[in-house]
Amino acid sequence: MSNGLVKGNAYTLGSIEQGEPCCDPIPHFSINNLAVSYHNEMVLSNVSLEVYKGCITALIGPSGCGKSSFLTALNRLSDMVPGAEVSGDIVFEGENIFDASIDVRALRTKVGMIFQKPNPFPLSIRKNLELPLKEHGVRNKSEIESKIFDALQSVGLWDEVKDRLQSSALSLSGGQQQRLCIARALILEPSVLLMDEPCSALDPISSGIVEEMIQRLAGRYTIIIVTHNLAQARRIANYAAFFWMTERVGKLIEFGQCRPLFESPQHSLTAAYVSGEMG
Amino acid sequence: MAMIDRSFTIIIWIMAGLVLLAFGWLVSDVVVQGAPKLSWQFLMDEPTRSGREGGIYPIIVSTLLILMTALVVVLPLGLGSAIWLAEFSSKSSKRVRTTRLILDVLAGVPSIVFGLFGYAFFCGFLDLGFSILSGGLTLACMMLPILIRTTEAGLAAVPQDWRKAGAALGMSRTTLLWQVLLPYASPAITAGLLLSIGRATAETAALIFTSGYVDRMPESINDSGRALAVHIYDLSMNVVGGDKASYGSALVLILMVVIINLSASTLSEFWLEKKISRLK
Repeated sequence: MSNGLVKGNAYTLGSIEQGEPCCDPIPHFSINNLAVSYHNEMVLSNVSLEVYKGCITALIGPSGCGKSSFLTALNRLSDMVPGAEVSGDIVFEGENIFDASIDVRALRTKVGMIFQKPNPFPLSIRKNLELPLKEHGVRNKSEIESKIFDALQSVGLWDEVKDRLQSSALSLSGGQQQRLCIARALILEPSVLLMDEPCSALDPISSGIVEEMIQRLAGRYTIIIVTHNLAQARRIANYAAFFWMTERVGKLIEFGQCRPLFESPQHSLTAAYVSGEMG
Repeated sequence: MAMIDRSFTIIIWIMAGLVLLAFGWLVSDVVVQGAPKLSWQFLMDEPTRSGREGGIYPIIVSTLLILMTALVVVLPLGLGSAIWLAEFSSKSSKRVRTTRLILDVLAGVPSIVFGLFGYAFFCGFLDLGFSILSGGLTLACMMLPILIRTTEAGLAAVPQDWRKAGAALGMSRTTLLWQVLLPYASPAITAGLLLSIGRATAETAALIFTSGYVDRMPESINDSGRALAVHIYDLSMNVVGGDKASYGSALVLILMVVIINLSASTLSEFWLEKKISRLK
């Protein structure tokens, strides 16, 4: 880790189970010819790429080039946006998520999402985790307790909050709130986490902790992260996708392993962007 | 600049002071003139000699029955419509905008118009006659637009973040509504409810046409009944020597509204505390 984590401060992480390293590129999401438009205005077109299982894929590019639209299509949260239309195919675990037979709520439990601004419910810390569990049919008390413990452990929050699970989630710091939100997504045992600039609303220390946590979650989960922080993308991602806007429509310019994309980009736009000359 | 700020501050204080003064004068007049009349007998007796003497028991009962009839109709319809408007309809559709416009116009329609409508529709067309039911339903029509618009505004003020969070966790909109959105919006909903109850208890014109002004004890909600506001109006306009009883009734009406307000806000606060964990 290149950020300055001080050992033994209040923000130390709990033990985290690490998954297999990301070596075999097994597609988890296969995206083919995806396009997104709002009120008939195209914002993203012709995106095809594969997101590999257990890897961290970073989506980079300037604001407004369709990265977030791409992300929200993956768990069909785009359904919620008035006027949004998505076309193309997204195959997730063998099924096209736009098929009529897809249970969107089940899809969203498998594909968790973390937002830019931490958004815990205005409930107690415990209830924030309990509510989604109960919603998806987990009623057994001891099962709920152990899942809450596991989820808080995975995000390194257990030691910080174990004595005050009843207090308001809004009383936590921004970084803690964000980790609670990640725990809330993890508690449903997803296989994928979508993250929309999860660190950009946090102070540098909290941001560092969340970043380290994301790295440790890789392997166990497939992670797709939108970030404007190129250094962060470079530090944590296995794969990177560079988006750029041409003629007011977002396009995928280059996709590949993170290091080559940064060090020897194939496309001149990518080269200009990652070197900071443009964007 | 400091001079302008100073004089502006003084003017603001004077304005606020004037309002307080007028309000204080009004309430203290009612309290001073009405308090001597207030007694257990006054609350529990039937009125005699057109209300100059005796009490206001049947009138209190009628008032509460009219209010309850109205609330039974208003609460489900009002909350339902507000939830539809705020959560389930597409904000920009023509249907929604038209609905909002109609509600805003209705909220400003003078009560006498509602009275005439209630008289023609409930008493006449539906053949409910001069009855507490007709009066309550007419009041319900008056209260609905206020309750719907305030509840809708309360729900709209709940951060969008939580709706996105809920959806991303695969939660149903119903769960989110009951567990997060409605409890969080409950102070606003209660405020709207109290505003509409205030409008209802103060109502005279619409009730004279619909629930009538018979001052005996109603036997059921199909019976005619006189509301407190109607009683006050009658005593002060039509009954010579009814002033004391009129003041007494006005004081009772004020107390009734205060009690309703306090209990409604306590209940909603209790619900809020139980459901929502806020920063203290």
